[in-house]
Amino acid sequence: MEPINVVTSLMTPLDRKNVDTDQIISKEFLKRIERTGFGKYLFYHWRFDSEGNANTEFILNDARFESSQILVADENFGCGSSREHAPWAILDYGFRVVIAPGFADIFYNNCFKNGILPIRLAQSEINSLLADGQKTPIELTVNLEHQTVTRIDTEDILSFDIDPYSRQMLLNGWDEISLTFQYEDKITAYEERMAR
Amino acid sequence: MVKTIIEKVWDRHVVTEEEGKPDLLYIDLHLLHEVTSPQAFEGLRLAGRQVRRPERCYATMDHNVPTRNIETVSDPTAQKQMTTLEKNCEEFGIELAHMTHPDQGIVHIIGPELGLTQPGRTIVCGDSHTSTHGAFGAIAFGIGTSEVEHVLSTQTLWQRRPKTMEVKISGELGAGVTAKDVILAVIAKFGIDVGTGHIIEFTGEAIRNLSMEERMTICNMSIEAGAKAGLISPDETTVEYLRGRRHVPEGAAFETAAAEWLALATDEGAAYDTTLNLDAADIEPFVTWGTNPAMGTGISGHVPYSSDYASSSDKEALKKAIAYMGLEEGMPLSDISIQHVFIGSCTNARLSDLRAAAAIVEGQHVHPTVTAIVVPGSRSVKRLAEQEGLDEVFIAAGFEWRESGCSMCLAMNDDVVPAGERCASTSNRNFEGRQGTGARTHLVSPAMAAAAAIAGRFTDIRKVPVLQD
Repeated sequence: MEPINVVTSLMTPLDRKNVDTDQIISKEFLKRIERTGFGKYLFYHWRFDSEGNANTEFILNDARFESSQILVADENFGCGSSREHAPWAILDYGFRVVIAPGFADIFYNNCFKNGILPIRLAQSEINSLLADGQKTPIELTVNLEHQTVTRIDTEDILSFDIDPYSRQMLLNGWDEISLTFQYEDKITAYEERMAR
Repeated sequence: MVKTIIEKVWDRHVVTEEEGKPDLLYIDLHLLHEVTSPQAFEGLRLAGRQVRRPERCYATMDHNVPTRNIETVSDPTAQKQMTTLEKNCEEFGIELAHMTHPDQGIVHIIGPELGLTQPGRTIVCGDSHTSTHGAFGAIAFGIGTSEVEHVLSTQTLWQRRPKTMEVKISGELGAGVTAKDVILAVIAKFGIDVGTGHIIEFTGEAIRNLSMEERMTICNMSIEAGAKAGLISPDETTVEYLRGRRHVPEGAAFETAAAEWLALATDEGAAYDTTLNLDAADIEPFVTWGTNPAMGTGISGHVPYSSDYASSSDKEALKKAIAYMGLEEGMPLSDISIQHVFIGSCTNARLSDLRAAAAIVEGQHVHPTVTAIVVPGSRSVKRLAEQEGLDEVFIAAGFEWRESGCSMCLAMNDDVVPAGERCASTSNRNFEGRQGTGARTHLVSPAMAAAAAIAGRFTDIRKVPVLQD
C-alpha cells in the first residue's frame, strides 16, 4: 500500500448525501477478479447515459476537476454494500482523499486498507466547501501528520480527528497482515484457551 | 458487573488490547462467496500465505448464480469468478457448497440452516448483510476484501469497540404487520445512518414474539440503518431452532451449549450508549417510495411533499429520489402500479416468507401486466417448499418458481428489472440501479409483494379480501 501524508489538489465537490457503494461501483463491474482497473467504472451511471455518452451535468465530467485527488461529499458517504471495489474504483480513478461529515463503517475501514484517507469534517465546514467549491474550484492541502485540511483560497485551516492506529498505517503504508503476524503467539494462546 | 450481550460476546473474543490500537478480535466463523473473495485469495498466494483455520471457513456461490438453468452461466466473467472460487477452496482446503450442491444458497440463509451460525460467535463475511446472523446472538458483520484476506491469514481482525444501541419495539404487532415492516419502520423513523459506529440490540415484546426467521429479517437490515451489526439475545426460540442442525453439538453437549447460549442474553439493568423506542402498534405494512431504505412509509401513506422537509438538502434529496422513481409528491402509495414482483433475497426468502406469500396468492392470479418470480433463499428452502406444495401454488398463480441465489436483489445474474419499470421487491436495497440500470425498486414484505402481484399495484394486505372482488 502506498503511504500517504500530504496531498495538494483541487477538490471535487460531490454535493450528495448518502452516496451508496452501488453508485460508486455498480454491480455489473463486480465480476472481475482483479483489484485494479475499476477507475473507469467509478460512478458509471452518473457519469454516462445508457448510450455511454458523458453526462455533462455530473461533476466528475467537469474538465476542471480532471486531475483532482480530493473528493468532498455530504453525509454518510459509502453506505450500503461492503464491496471493496468502491474504494478500489475511487483510488484507481485518482482520488487519494475523501472528505465528508460522516462515512458508513465498512467503507471507512476499507479506505485504510487501500491507502485512501477518509476525513470527517463538521457539517458546517463541509457545507461551505461544497457551496464555495461548486462556484469556483478550491485547492486544498491535506496533511495527515498534522491532521489538517488547508483551504488555499481563504487560508482557513481545518483540523480533523483520526485514530492513531489508522493514521500510522496510512503514513507508513503498512501491510496490516504482516503486522498481525507479530501477534501470532497471542492468537495461538487464545485458540488454546478457547479449546479448553 | 451487568453487561449487554454485545459486551459479553466482544470481550470473549479479544485476543489482545493495547493502548492506542483497536482490539484484535478473534473470528469464529468466516463465510465466503464468489464476488468478494478472489482478490483476497490472490493476495494470499502473492505473499505465500496460508489459510490459518480452513475449518472455520465455509463458502458458497450465490451472487452470480443463474436461477433458471443452473447448468449454464451465460456470462463468461461470472463463470470465471465461480470457477476461481472453486479452485481457491480446493487449494486452501475450504468446504464449498458449489452452484449445484444440495446445501447451496444465499450465504446468510445457509449459515443458520446448517447450524454454523450459533449464539456467541463472531461471524464475518465479505457481504454487508452478514448482520443477519446476529438474530442468534452472534456478533456478525460485513467486511471488505482486504479484511477477508486478513481473516483468512490470521483468523482475526483489528476492530474498534463499537458503541451499543438498544432498539426496543414494545407491544404487539398488528395483523398483517411483519418483521420486514418493523425494520423498515425503524430505518424510516431513525434514519439510514442512525446506527453508524454501533451494534444494535433489538429488544422488546414484539421482538421476543418473533420466530428465528423473522428475527433474521430484522437483523439483516440493521446495516440499512448504518449499524456495524444487529443482534437479538438468545432465548428458547433460538435454542429450539438450532436443535438437531448439522453443525451444532448433539445430546448432552447440546444442552450444555444451550445453557451457555442463554447466559449470553443481556443482563437486567445493563446500560446501552443509546436507546431508541418504537411502539409496535404504530407500525403498518410498509412500502418504500425512494432510493434509500429510509425513504418509506406505511401503505396508508403517500409520497412526501417537499414542504414536509425543513432543510434544502432534504428537499433536494426528495426531488432527486422521486424523479428517479417516476413518482409525484403527495401520491398515495396504493396508487402506484408495478410491473415486476421479486420474492427472494437474504432478507425474505426463507420458508416462512414463501408461506406468507403463498397464502396471499393461493387461488388468485398474477395481474396480467405483472411478471412475478419466486427465488427461494437456498436449495433447502426450495426442497421444503416443494414438499409443502408451495411451488404449485405459486406456479398456478402465474409466478415463476426459480432456483436459489441472490438473483434480482442485486441483479448480477440475468434476473434484471428493465429501465423505467417498477418492482415490488422483498429485498433490502432500493438504491438507484440496484435491480437493473434505471430500475425502480419498492421494498416490501413477502405478503405485500404477493398482494401487489395480484392487484398490479400496492395494496394493504390488511384489506386483502378486496382482492377477491
